[in-house]
Amino acid sequence: MQDWISVALPKGRLGEKAYDLFEKIGYGCPSIKEDNRKLIFENEEARVRYFWAKPSDVPIYVERGAADVGVAGKDILLEYVPDVYELSDLKMGKCRMMVAGLPGALDDSGRTLRVATKFPRIAARHFAAQSREIDIIKLNGSIEIAPLLDLSDVIVDIVETGTTLKENGLIPLEEVVPISARFIANRVSYKFKNERMRGMQERIAALLREKQ
Amino acid sequence: MNAPAARKRSELAIPELRALYAQYGYREFRMNKFEEYDFYAEYRSFLQAENILTFHDPSGKLLALKPDITLSIVKSIKKDAHLPARLCYSETVYRTQEDAGSFREIPQVGLEYIGEIDLYAMAEVLALAIDSLHAFSPRFIMDISHVGLAAGLLAETGLSAGKQSRLSSCVRAKNAHEIRALCAENGVAESLSEKLATLASLYGKSETVLKEAAALDVNEATHQALAELRSLCSALREAGLPEVNIDLSLLNDLSYYNGIIFQGFLPEIHAPVISGGRYDSLLLRMHKQGGAIGFAVNVGLLDSLSVPKERAEESATLSYAGDADAAAALKKARSLAAEGKRVLVEKSPVAGQKG
Repeated sequence: MQDWISVALPKGRLGEKAYDLFEKIGYGCPSIKEDNRKLIFENEEARVRYFWAKPSDVPIYVERGAADVGVAGKDILLEYVPDVYELSDLKMGKCRMMVAGLPGALDDSGRTLRVATKFPRIAARHFAAQSREIDIIKLNGSIEIAPLLDLSDVIVDIVETGTTLKENGLIPLEEVVPISARFIANRVSYKFKNERMRGMQERIAALLREKQ
Repeated sequence: MNAPAARKRSELAIPELRALYAQYGYREFRMNKFEEYDFYAEYRSFLQAENILTFHDPSGKLLALKPDITLSIVKSIKKDAHLPARLCYSETVYRTQEDAGSFREIPQVGLEYIGEIDLYAMAEVLALAIDSLHAFSPRFIMDISHVGLAAGLLAETGLSAGKQSRLSSCVRAKNAHEIRALCAENGVAESLSEKLATLASLYGKSETVLKEAAALDVNEATHQALAELRSLCSALREAGLPEVNIDLSLLNDLSYYNGIIFQGFLPEIHAPVISGGRYDSLLLRMHKQGGAIGFAVNVGLLDSLSVPKERAEESATLSYAGDADAAAALKKARSLAAEGKRVLVEKSPVAGQKG
């Protein structure tokens, strides 16, 4: 009998797109599309199990083996550095991690730069590479408001279209790193369920090549 | 009510492993809970733990709770010692817990083989690592790798140490797409970048993987690494040991290990239960002769496994209603226990009512 594969999906649009991809490679689970309150969805025949998790928790489920595989944004992988395998770049959920602020906010290099962000590790690494002294202010949401209230000089955040920035009079100043969704796997599951997981990885690669 | 306190799996494992190592002539090594801090500071690059728990002794000397056993074992080997030395230990190490900002006690059992490391020495240590895993579950996986392969390929790129270390973390994460991107960005030839991507991705039974890995041979280091892996795997096979896997993305710490490295896994435990490898460079740093190879079993991880049940089917549950039948219940329980059964006596939820 085949082993079950548990998949952690990030709640939201990215997770839905990722599920469509899994469905296309033969890991469908029709019950997931029914809008109900269930948390875990199983397809006995395909021996696959899905569950939704907060996007930043997906790598934790995968690292600890509660899920064998999962889908997580590169932003989250860079920030939390989970000990997992990163098997493919799904080329979806594309956006950029940017430094943004009011025009000219980066110019005064004479004083400590105040940086508001949800991603303190990524921000620290980015400015350390420039040897710039910074003061990190960790926020959990509505980052764009920080420079407007003079809580910070700049923000480090994900920019998809730039509309929110523009509406608030902020501009993108520097790119930190491009972001996309990644297919990640638990290290130990990858060994014990190698054939199935490799099969998934290969089918994903084939599908992405087709799309190109 | 709680069931009778089950013994932890780790408590059962420790004597099992010590007996196994003793069979092959490994002597027990005992050490203090602490060493002088200076000792760890000097060999910092050989420590996996980043933070060390320190305290002052009454004379003001700075001491450290041991974060590692191997360093102390190698230190204890005298210049004129008879080699090879076979030593094993069962100790507690103290390491920091990253998120919680606190320290943890980790029980560790392991062994070290110090002296001239030839094929026999490597095969014996690997065989004992495999037997240790086998003692816990018939379903286990032993992954073997050789750091020379990654080191040789990385050296060919000619990139700076910082960029090489970024590449090696991609190899560790089996992240072939970023290896290709990083190589392209830095002008590494595509043929070499593909080899690094293959190194990261190759995984499986030793025979198959070693055939495919032949394509990764680019220089002296990779050549020697592949030859060593081949002879080790065939020696294990000929000696009748179970199949091992090759995972060339297994790198551990490149500055510590310099040859064969390995990790052992059990299903349901999401961290390596065994890790080890060859670490000649530590002996060199301590000005000692010969090489060394060893491994540690993280026995604490075993506690999530269920303890093998002893006579579980023979356990009996009795119930009593109140003080009135207390003596009768105790008498019954004692007679069952005398028959060698396990008894659990509980008070009935509602007095007088029979379930």
